[in-house]
Amino acid sequence: MKLAYWMYAGPAHIGTLRIASSFKNVHGIMHAPIGDDYFNVMRSMLERERNFTPVTTSVVDRHVLSRGSQEKVVDNITRKDSEEHPDLIVLTPTCTSSILQEDLENFVERASQTTVSDVILADVNHYRVNELQAADRTLEQIIQFYIAKARKNGDLVTAKTPEPSVNILGPTTLGFHNQHDVRELRKLMADLGITINAVIPDGASVNDLKTLPQAWFNLVPYREIGPLTARYLQQEFNQPFVDITPMGVVETARCIRQIQTLLNQQGATVNYEDFIQSQTLHVSQAAWFSRSIDCQNLTGKKAVVFGDNTHAAAITKILSREMGIHVAWAGTYCKYDGDWFREQVKDFCDEVIITDDHGAIGDAIARVEPAAIFGTQMERHVGKRLDTPCGVIAAPIHIQNFPIGYKPFLGYEGSNQIVDLIYNSFTLGMEDHLLEIFGGHDTKEVIHKGISADSDLNWTSDGLAELNKIPGFVRSKVKRNTEKFARERNISHINVEVLYAAKEAVGA
Amino acid sequence: MTLAEAAPQALNFDCETGNYHTFCPISCVAWLYQKIEDSFFLVIGTKTCGYFLQNAMGVMIFAEPRYAMAELEEGDISAQLNDYNELKRLCEQIKRDRNPSVIVWIGTCTTEIIKMDLEGLAPKLEGEIGIPIVVARANGLDYAFTQGEDTVLAAMAARCPTKVVESETEERNAIQKLLNFGRKKDEIAATDTEYKDHAPLVLFGSLPDPVVTQLTLELKRQGIKVSGWLPAKRYTELPVIEEGYYVAGVNPFLSRTATTLMRRRKCKLIGAPFPIGPDGTRAWVEKICTVLGIEPQGLAEREAQIWESLEDYLQLIRGKSVFFMGDNLLEISLARFLVRCGMTVQEIGIPYMDKRYQAAELALLESTCNEMGSPLPTIMEKPDNYNQLQRIQDLQPNLVITGMAHANPLEARGISTKWSVEFTFAQIHGFSNARDVLELVTRPLRRNQALANLGWEKLVADV
Ligand code: SF4
Repeated sequence: MKLAYWMYAGPAHIGTLRIASSFKNVHGIMHAPIGDDYFNVMRSMLERERNFTPVTTSVVDRHVLSRGSQEKVVDNITRKDSEEHPDLIVLTPTCTSSILQEDLENFVERASQTTVSDVILADVNHYRVNELQAADRTLEQIIQFYIAKARKNGDLVTAKTPEPSVNILGPTTLGFHNQHDVRELRKLMADLGITINAVIPDGASVNDLKTLPQAWFNLVPYREIGPLTARYLQQEFNQPFVDITPMGVVETARCIRQIQTLLNQQGATVNYEDFIQSQTLHVSQAAWFSRSIDCQNLTGKKAVVFGDNTHAAAITKILSREMGIHVAWAGTYCKYDGDWFREQVKDFCDEVIITDDHGAIGDAIARVEPAAIFGTQMERHVGKRLDTPCGVIAAPIHIQNFPIGYKPFLGYEGSNQIVDLIYNSFTLGMEDHLLEIFGGHDTKEVIHKGISADSDLNWTSDGLAELNKIPGFVRSKVKRNTEKFARERNISHINVEVLYAAKEAVGA
Repeated sequence: MTLAEAAPQALNFDCETGNYHTFCPISCVAWLYQKIEDSFFLVIGTKTCGYFLQNAMGVMIFAEPRYAMAELEEGDISAQLNDYNELKRLCEQIKRDRNPSVIVWIGTCTTEIIKMDLEGLAPKLEGEIGIPIVVARANGLDYAFTQGEDTVLAAMAARCPTKVVESETEERNAIQKLLNFGRKKDEIAATDTEYKDHAPLVLFGSLPDPVVTQLTLELKRQGIKVSGWLPAKRYTELPVIEEGYYVAGVNPFLSRTATTLMRRRKCKLIGAPFPIGPDGTRAWVEKICTVLGIEPQGLAEREAQIWESLEDYLQLIRGKSVFFMGDNLLEISLARFLVRCGMTVQEIGIPYMDKRYQAAELALLESTCNEMGSPLPTIMEKPDNYNQLQRIQDLQPNLVITGMAHANPLEARGISTKWSVEFTFAQIHGFSNARDVLELVTRPLRRNQALANLGWEKLVADV
């Protein structure tokens, strides 16, 4: 048992559901108690999704505990098949099903005999993997399933496309700025003259998976989701992949050069150097920013970085290599993949921290007193407490991290966005300090105007105590209305009863 | 209003598959730790439970809440680790860091399935660490959302002192008072002469402190003294409950607490409609008065006054239809209030329907419908969200009260929605808060007015 207040990565089933609901016309059925469908709320809220989240629950309740859930699961699968006609149903185990040890594989077998849709059981164990690992595995599993199916049907498409083409593997629903990243990657590929063969799983149809092998290569923008699939496709079809995250000017160039190499190895003759040059100098403002006086002022400022592998590593490199900022430590919560992270950032920070204990991270922040923090929502709140500005660079996230405006982190536009994020974090901190040094704003005391300022009315102590229970942002309004009410009725002492009488009278 | 007058078969009760969205009952820690200021809630479960709480509690989670997960690992499941020692280690840590007056263990699905004997372990550990440990099995296998509070309060009911040990309670309180030097006692100061002579009354249900004050005052106007509330602001201030006391519930989801108070504490339950809406509040006060043998004073005028102040909102909803998908057990009371407001209720989905505990409320719903000439709605227990969405598509209600999972998709299809969970966190009880309920109910309708004629009500491809 461990005492935990906060977790960075969610439980395994969240990862599976993120994959399932990213595809078009794929339905997830959770084998879970009634309270576990919170995924639908998150998707509907955070992504402001217009469509119903294609996830239902095969409810585990008392009856199921005594009788087993075979009938129920099979019924739910066949029912969903006839109601929604999905291409694929993914039966998703949860922590509860992990310990019930029922033969879910067998249920899937039985159900799929009567369904039109394909049915698979997600191969994830709650106690062994987290959200990210589960997502990576589920994506691979679905790809494997449809490649095998196409092989059996003899309609696998293995011949390469005439022109260079790519599969982008990994963007999912509820991924940090993934929607924007996809758009940016599409644009980047178009600029490079590369056709997009498929983006998987975001918005893809499982029926198109049989054409994956026709792409010249795979691009895996994120470290956490997609690598298993890329490796599988390399093994099966000798399809190469690029797993350099194009985040920041230097890494974007490195990613493009790697693509160039792969394409030329397969007989293309592309040279992207001019493109990289012009984008770097003229399209992205990040290179110019690094030479500007603004950025000069940031030289040697201290920052700390914490997040998932992809974002924390990339941001660390950007801060250190592209802006001359001193990264006191960089950390990741992807403990299962810590060696990779260490390798990536070791030359760009003083210290590497690998933990999923938010308390340890909070302490580490307090210890080095950085001028700015780049982390998750949790670090943002640590920053608030320590009066240190924070830019959010990775999940866990909330609704603010699903902006409607175009805000990619990848590619050249992404580098612009990141500059803004970083620069704004630091200047805010600087302004704060200046204010403090010069005694702050001179308007600290809000000057009261109007009748309620010097009031002829008395608040009794119980009335005042009750008033203070009213949330701060409406308190003054309630106070004003109550006093108005009292004045109109010649009440000179406002007690708790007057307060509520006033509330009823005016609906304050 | 008595049960005999109402013909329960007139309301149409139905039951579906139970495939609906709701919050896990462990969510009750979110409001109960705030209510009971010296408590600490330990949820003994998995990452799934933690993830839910972390996301559902939103920003509260950053405020160092007095709650934590005891996250079960593989070793706990396979019983390689000793439950007692593990819990002891964690509870000692909690004692060291927070020193609460009570630790509430929330049992979850996992502790149920692996049959961890929390009720057996608690008394032993309690003796060892010197802090009361209350066990509530608020899991998703058995309960929905607000029923979580019911399981906690039922467990707390057993801890309420009796007069026999009152001196000891006084002592505990005395120490507490010393510790809270300067803290004001929130009880409404009143001399006993303002009260009529009646048997002691204890109210149960967790409400925000301002609402507690309001309802207490409401009864004080009738000369009724509230001897205590379950729960109180602090665990150390749990009310004295003796055999023969009267108890009344303020929320419709407290059946187990009511049963515990009746069976184990030998209290007499006042079965009344719940004080939601001016009609409900009046009926609640009236029923309490009647049972305590007090002639209610001025209630009709008071109710009329409130209705009058609601008129601007009533104009917006009169004649409109509403559909409750059902997820928090407040549905019957809210529906009853909205029918009185002039709305037509098409369906009342509800997770669980205790016809005995809610008898008076059901009777009031029925008579309200008859008086308003409104058709009697179907009460759909354990609804099936998929089927409900088909019915909503057919009926095209003016308002659907539903969870967040369906709200945005319905809005995109041109159906106005109100997020049901807000009703559990807003202040909706008593005369004073009737307006707040309607503020919530009318919000989507007011939004519709504000955005009328823009021509973009339906925003999905397939409708
Ligand atoms: S339904 Fe069960 S497993 Fe899920 S969060 Fe609730 S208690 Fe935990």
